[in-house]
Amino acid sequence: MSGDLPTLLADLKDKEVLELVKKKLDSGEDPMKILEESRKGMEVVGQRFASSEYFLPELVFSGELLKQVTDMVKPHLTETAETKKLGKVVIGTVAGDIHDIGLNIVDFMLDVNGFAVTNLGVDVPKEKFVQALNDTGAPILGLSGFLTPAFDAMKETVAAVEAAGVRDKIKIMIGGGQMNDEVKKYVKADAYGKNAMEAVALAKEWTGVK
Amino acid sequence: MNVEKKWSEMTWEEKRREKFNKWLTVPDIKFVSPEAEKLYMERVTRFARAFLLEKPDRVPCILPVSNFAAYYGSSDLRTVMYDYDELKRTWRKFLHEFGDSDMFFGPGMVPSGKMLEAVDYKLYKWPGHGISGDTTSYQCVEGEYMKANEYDALIKDPSNFWLRTYLPRVFGAFEALRNIPPFTTIEEIAIMSFVAYGRPDVRAALEALLEAGKESVKWMMAVMEVSQEATRMGFPAIMGGLSKAPFDTLGDTLRGTQGVMMDMFQRPEKLHQAMEKIASLTIDSTLASIGDSGVPLIMMPLHKGADGFMSTKQYETFYWPTFKKVIMAFVNEGIMPVLFAEGSYNTRLDIISELPRGSVTWWFDQTDMAKAKKILGDKACLVGNVPTSLLMTGTPQEVKEHCRNLIEICAPGGGYILSGGANIDKGDPDNLRAMMEAVKEYGVY
Repeated sequence: MSGDLPTLLADLKDKEVLELVKKKLDSGEDPMKILEESRKGMEVVGQRFASSEYFLPELVFSGELLKQVTDMVKPHLTETAETKKLGKVVIGTVAGDIHDIGLNIVDFMLDVNGFAVTNLGVDVPKEKFVQALNDTGAPILGLSGFLTPAFDAMKETVAAVEAAGVRDKIKIMIGGGQMNDEVKKYVKADAYGKNAMEAVALAKEWTGVK
Repeated sequence: MNVEKKWSEMTWEEKRREKFNKWLTVPDIKFVSPEAEKLYMERVTRFARAFLLEKPDRVPCILPVSNFAAYYGSSDLRTVMYDYDELKRTWRKFLHEFGDSDMFFGPGMVPSGKMLEAVDYKLYKWPGHGISGDTTSYQCVEGEYMKANEYDALIKDPSNFWLRTYLPRVFGAFEALRNIPPFTTIEEIAIMSFVAYGRPDVRAALEALLEAGKESVKWMMAVMEVSQEATRMGFPAIMGGLSKAPFDTLGDTLRGTQGVMMDMFQRPEKLHQAMEKIASLTIDSTLASIGDSGVPLIMMPLHKGADGFMSTKQYETFYWPTFKKVIMAFVNEGIMPVLFAEGSYNTRLDIISELPRGSVTWWFDQTDMAKAKKILGDKACLVGNVPTSLLMTGTPQEVKEHCRNLIEICAPGGGYILSGGANIDKGDPDNLRAMMEAVKEYGVY
């Protein structure tokens, strides 16, 4: 066996990753350190996705691998992991739309880039977005939608944020299948992101992260 | 019919000519007027020339509408899925009021809600059934309807896998049908062969299928009434059948996106074997389904091979081989596959340009049309791609201007059809009329 955990994970060497984690746990290594190394590996996966070296299959596979690592490490944790996050983001697919492939890529990329993501899932009513913004205090809202009915659902969601009196405190980005800058104008969002990397760039810009 | 050469001995180009000539023959129906018949022939000829990479009289236009007629007629998708009279009324209203167009989409893509409920369909949600009643589309529920360890079952005996494993997961009504013994067990004197059909749960399941059949026939009468009226009025249909790429069949509604992508790493051999199996099933069922519709075109909506979904290498390894096999099987029967690439296909243009000249048509959603014209322009008819966002939120002037630009890029030399990138359900009908104006003003050869 060769290589360190971040590298093995980033290279998607599943067997080696799991063997190494088992060995580390058996030898009494700090489980928190294992998780931190895994996070570093996932960060590299994110970078490779951003540079078109990796695509959706690699994200799915690495996500599954990380889950297995976390499941192995969890019983050994004595304290709850509380890593410092760059900022909070609420995301979800708007009402009347049940597609989540793009949504989950954005979730993944924001997460590996250090954001605390609240993913509300699909077909999310506008009230639920407003509630989640209140509950988390997140300054960023990401609206996903694949189909054309999402145009109006996004518009209504942005209006609901406005009606709740918090529009000036929240930056809103949209993305997904049929979205573009025209739709951004139509729904009165702050930005349209063509892909998950743009979502990360927007979130960094809005939270003042370099 | 060419009597000198048998079908099996003809080249694909000869078969293609036969199929298109048949399409270009005046259909055996009673047109509403001699003018309607003349227009029908003009329109079919216009499309046929474009599909065959030739120059028609002008660029044809496919109106990018799916459930648009329902909303145009002040109804909605939920209502027309359940009320066939409303389905007819709204589509007929659109047919009679829209004005000149090159073709007409009948309501055949609006399924009967009563039929879906009769069999307890779980694969899709539709307005009022899992999603809000005012939603304008039905949508597939992503899921793992086939488990990772079920590849062997699918590969060994697809029919049995479908009956016993897949169908019960997507139709509640099929749950009890697991109890029917395989038909291959019936080969000697029939003593026990039908015992299973005496079970109350199996009988209830069969009743549900009968109910679905009854609704389907009622629905089909309504659909055909409208479609035939459109033809009699001079508007041709341009869809002979529907089909899919094997990777999408597995990734969309069997293994799910997550599942199929895990399989690319964990069981690539099984994935390949299953796609081969599905390819042959797809070829047989599609060719059987288009039978004698007379329209030599098969629409194939494409999903998971789009830019960003996988790398070029993964596309070449996993997506393209069986997709190409299905395409060429249709081509070899004289059929023109119309390949509708959802999302964008900018990084696939070189790979797909290997198909024989004139064998297929590419309908692009968000692909760069200038790039597509450059790489594929002399090889395949191109269709597309006014953005849905512009059609739904723009003005007729903006739409028309966008169309003019597309026509300037794509029309030279022939082999171009103006359409949307994807279809719309709602919006200003004048934005659709602007597309028709554009082809008449800017698309004349």
